[in-house]
Amino acid sequence: MAATEPVRPKAARSQGWTAGGPVSGRDTNLIRIGIVLGAAILWEGVSRSGWLFQDVVPSLLAIGAAIGKMLVNPAFYANLQVTAGEVFASLAIGGALGIFTGIALGSNRFLGAAFEPYVYYLAPTPRIIFFPVMIMWFGVGAASKIALGALSCFFTVALSTAGGMRGIDTVLIRVGKSFRATPWQMGMKIYLPAMRVPVLNGIRLGFGTAMVTALLAETKLSNQGLGYMIMQIYSRFDMPSLYALLIIVFIIAGAGNLILGRVTGTNA
Amino acid sequence: MADAGAGRSRWAAPALGAGSVIAIFAALEILLKTGIVNRFIVPYPSAVLLSLERIIVEENVLGRVGETAFEMFFSCIAVILIGVPIGTALYRYRALRRAVEDWVAALAAAPLVLAFPLFLVLFGRSSLTIIVMSVITGLAPIIIKTTEGLAGVRPVLINVGKSLKMGDSQMFWKILIPAALPVIFSGIRLSWTFVLISVVGIEFLINLGGLGQLINDLAERYDLPGTYAAILFVVGVSVCFFMILERVETWLRPNP
Repeated sequence: MAATEPVRPKAARSQGWTAGGPVSGRDTNLIRIGIVLGAAILWEGVSRSGWLFQDVVPSLLAIGAAIGKMLVNPAFYANLQVTAGEVFASLAIGGALGIFTGIALGSNRFLGAAFEPYVYYLAPTPRIIFFPVMIMWFGVGAASKIALGALSCFFTVALSTAGGMRGIDTVLIRVGKSFRATPWQMGMKIYLPAMRVPVLNGIRLGFGTAMVTALLAETKLSNQGLGYMIMQIYSRFDMPSLYALLIIVFIIAGAGNLILGRVTGTNA
Repeated sequence: MADAGAGRSRWAAPALGAGSVIAIFAALEILLKTGIVNRFIVPYPSAVLLSLERIIVEENVLGRVGETAFEMFFSCIAVILIGVPIGTALYRYRALRRAVEDWVAALAAAPLVLAFPLFLVLFGRSSLTIIVMSVITGLAPIIIKTTEGLAGVRPVLINVGKSLKMGDSQMFWKILIPAALPVIFSGIRLSWTFVLISVVGIEFLINLGGLGQLINDLAERYDLPGTYAAILFVVGVSVCFFMILERVETWLRPNP
């Protein structure tokens, strides 16, 4: 009897991995709405169930209200200003040093072979562990956060610039030389335009690492900045405000990344 | 002669690199001795090197490496067990992928580690906080690379599987995973790098656990050579970890 039952063709079973026509924008949006709604319902359910300690998972309404309160809190803007100042100073210092080092390592094969391995292997080490050293060198104020942020973004920018420098099409360089371009002209008309994307991409990534590092350093030891504010709220056990501030920081970080991506024409 | 020249240039660059590092340390030693650099801020490089032995013997470094390795082990296994299935699901269900891939990319760029105070409240000041936090931090690259790797499998391989009438599971384990493994491993390498940074970083920030806490402890004691030596040690361990991952990645990469 079993033999008479319809058998699903084996080939069709593996279609799941490859089949599928174009996905409509409507389906995509429906899935997104479904995920957001599902997560919200689950969150609210857990919040109201009493399974976890009260306030550990606050109601979404409480978080929403806390976001509103945070956005009209002058202390938030004062701390935001401090952190933004630190991040941009880090990016300016670390980025400039990174571009300079990247150009030196990328333009000279010998220098690259001599020093790039150090930059390459030190790049992914946990930067925050250098914070005690930065405190000893630059004190407990904003300078130590700027120095640590600059150290973080230096590696990213240097490696990206060096890679970009090496990736320049040799034809472009030969064209420049055949036109007898001066070093200044070579730099401005050939190298700079050709390296634009990797350098800007490095700066975008460097912005991310500088921001995370500066904020983390603020959570460890500081008396101002958003990282400091997070620890203050944590020590008060004000969970709705903690969620609110973290959400706002994530949105600022995402927006910063998106804007830099748009400005530089590099993808996230 | 050409060979000799090539041999010389092959060694000249690394020699210059290592020589420069030694020269910097030697210059620093002299600057400290002459008092130009304050020795209460920067310790003698020789004292730092000597402290390495002291921190290994007196500060139970091996035990601390074990603690960090324990947290790393569970985090690294968890990112694979969670990340690869999610990445596979995103590859298989294209509508889902279209819907959430931007979110996953945003997750990769988000400063998630900053949420550690939240996790301290949820899980207490324990290894669990470090592990959960590190898994979340390391998840995005492995998801992205798994989807990318599976999507990049050559159609000819999938057609071979189809012509052999392979089932879903056979197709996945015999065709898709082996073909996508090099790309998936590059995701694993990135994820594990994130995990290491997160584990050591959070250990340092919350002053709990292994190597991160060691640096914090020594810094709080104002043991200058010890702090520098511990940082050097952690940097050394991290570099070894990345080198090993890179070797494995190169080994997995198909040779043209």
